[in-house]
Amino acid sequence: MEMVCIVCPNGCRLNVTEQDGRVSVSGNKCKRGETFAVAELTNPTRSVTTSVKTTVAGYPVVSVKTDGEIPKSKIFDLMELCGKIIVTKPLPIGSVVAEDLFGTGVNLITTTDMEETNE
Amino acid sequence: MKYDVAVIGGGPAGLAAAIKASLSGASVILIEREARLGGILKQCIHDGFGVVRFGEKLSGPEYADRFIKQLRQTNVQVSLFSFVTSTVQDGDLYKITYVCKDGVQHVECDNIILATGCRERTRNGIFIHGDRCAGVYTAGAAQNLVNILGAVPGKKVVILGSGDIGLIMARRLTLEGAKVVGVYEAKPTPSGLTRNIHQCLNDFDIPLHLSSTVTKVLGTTRLERVEISRVDEQMRPIAGTEQIVDCDCLVLAVGLIPENEIARGLKVPLDPKTKGAIVDQNCQTLRNGIYACGNALHVNDLVDYVSESGETAGGAVQSRDKRVLRKIETEGKLLYVVPQRLDVNAPLDKVVMYFRASEELTDQRLTVTAGDEVVFTKNYAKLLPPEMERVVVNFNKAHTLDDFVVRLEDK
Ligand SMILES: Cc1cc2nc3c(=O)[nH]c(=O)nc-3n(C[C@H](O)[C@H](O)[C@H](O)COP(=O)(O)OP(=O)(O)OC[C@H]3O[C@@H](n4cnc5c(N)ncnc54)[C@H](O)[C@@H]3O)c2cc1C
Repeated sequence: MEMVCIVCPNGCRLNVTEQDGRVSVSGNKCKRGETFAVAELTNPTRSVTTSVKTTVAGYPVVSVKTDGEIPKSKIFDLMELCGKIIVTKPLPIGSVVAEDLFGTGVNLITTTDMEETNE
Repeated sequence: MKYDVAVIGGGPAGLAAAIKASLSGASVILIEREARLGGILKQCIHDGFGVVRFGEKLSGPEYADRFIKQLRQTNVQVSLFSFVTSTVQDGDLYKITYVCKDGVQHVECDNIILATGCRERTRNGIFIHGDRCAGVYTAGAAQNLVNILGAVPGKKVVILGSGDIGLIMARRLTLEGAKVVGVYEAKPTPSGLTRNIHQCLNDFDIPLHLSSTVTKVLGTTRLERVEISRVDEQMRPIAGTEQIVDCDCLVLAVGLIPENEIARGLKVPLDPKTKGAIVDQNCQTLRNGIYACGNALHVNDLVDYVSESGETAGGAVQSRDKRVLRKIETEGKLLYVVPQRLDVNAPLDKVVMYFRASEELTDQRLTVTAGDEVVFTKNYAKLLPPEMERVVVNFNKAHTLDDFVVRLEDK
């Protein structure tokens, strides 16, 4: 089966075959393509970037991302969780706003520095 | 106040230029109209930035933050909420007028670095007919509403344009609870990266309609429907193929144009192909002391190269050598080449050149010549207009420093 690797902007076209539970991949320019293809067949994961609300002046929302990948099937659960988070003070970039998402060990962290002057 | 350099625009190009100029010993003022530094990156919260420079997939704000932190270590004077309204030459100096919280201010400088980014094409720019109703946004405006202001501009969305910005907005609006009914593209092939077709559309079952465009917008006060038509190879709508699609929001992701109001005011000659200034290898325009970088120079697809051009401009401002400019001609299926001039009095060993092919091409050879000498060649299995290419050319190899030509031809 054919697949497009989404790990980096190269977007390699992968040819993936499965035989007796063994997955073989071709068309990938690097090792990450193989890891990606295996994950797509067994447990597809994605990193997610979105935003959460804040009560801080000048920041109606602050941008956040998962600091690793979560199961693709959990993306909309994550969005629901994000809808409930409200940041109430200026946080430095990289602050954790939700820990251990869905038991994956992956955290949700801020990607904008709210302490950066907003003169 | 008088500075060696005034940088106009605090996006990635302006940040890199200001840092570099300051490190080379210049006194620098950075003038930005918005409340915060970072430019368009503030609202590009998706990841994929900095792969070339940092070997990491950063989000836009994270990429900008690395430069903002560096800028804070320098003596650069930052003036936020400051909109440059005019720039004039006054003898050897340039006089900049900007409006800020303290009213109208003036600064004088020896050099200006234009890092004002680009503008989006609007509905008028691509001639969509119909009602003048609310609910039609450019992709950047929609992105600003969602990612900076926290407001979702519609419930049922049609996106026109399959470039990366359109694709990224399709995913973003879907995540925020809107229904994206479809992405429409006039060309027969999608413009965005294959990776984005997969992770932004396929992952969320958003349909992509090629060779189709929006031909009419309909709605009394708010957008209610759009008319979609199929188009032929010349991208002309085909009569009889009209179809009505219900939606309350139309997002236009139909291209970017360098922002060059200030350059025009200074009578800086522009290149009709890039729609940015004509520059030499140091990003200096044909007017001495005026530089252009980033998206104001030509629309880039990778921010890494935006920063690179900012650094080139910032690193060059202290040089006082008289320039000797030679034209670089282009031949073959090239959309454009930057720089368009070579200063043969400046270093020539590592000249960074950017180019785009004018159409999708396979098995091509790029050749750079000086007179009848070949100074550089490179083969390409595939070239796509949406993907900018970068080469580094050593012109010192040439014996005669004239008659420069960049040529793209079949291998
Ligand atoms: C929606 C979108 C998505 C993108 N996605 C990616 C991606 O995934 N990966 C990637 O590598 N690149 C991406 N890019 C491209 C990259 O982000 C841009 O090329 C880059 O940010 C351009 O930087 P710049 O500094 O030239 O312009 P900008 O970031 O636009 O900065 C220009 C600055 O100048 C200021 N300014 C303009 N006029 C004036 C004036 N008169 N007075 C004062 N200030 C002024 C503006 O306020 C702005 O802050 C994307 C671009 C867009 C628009």
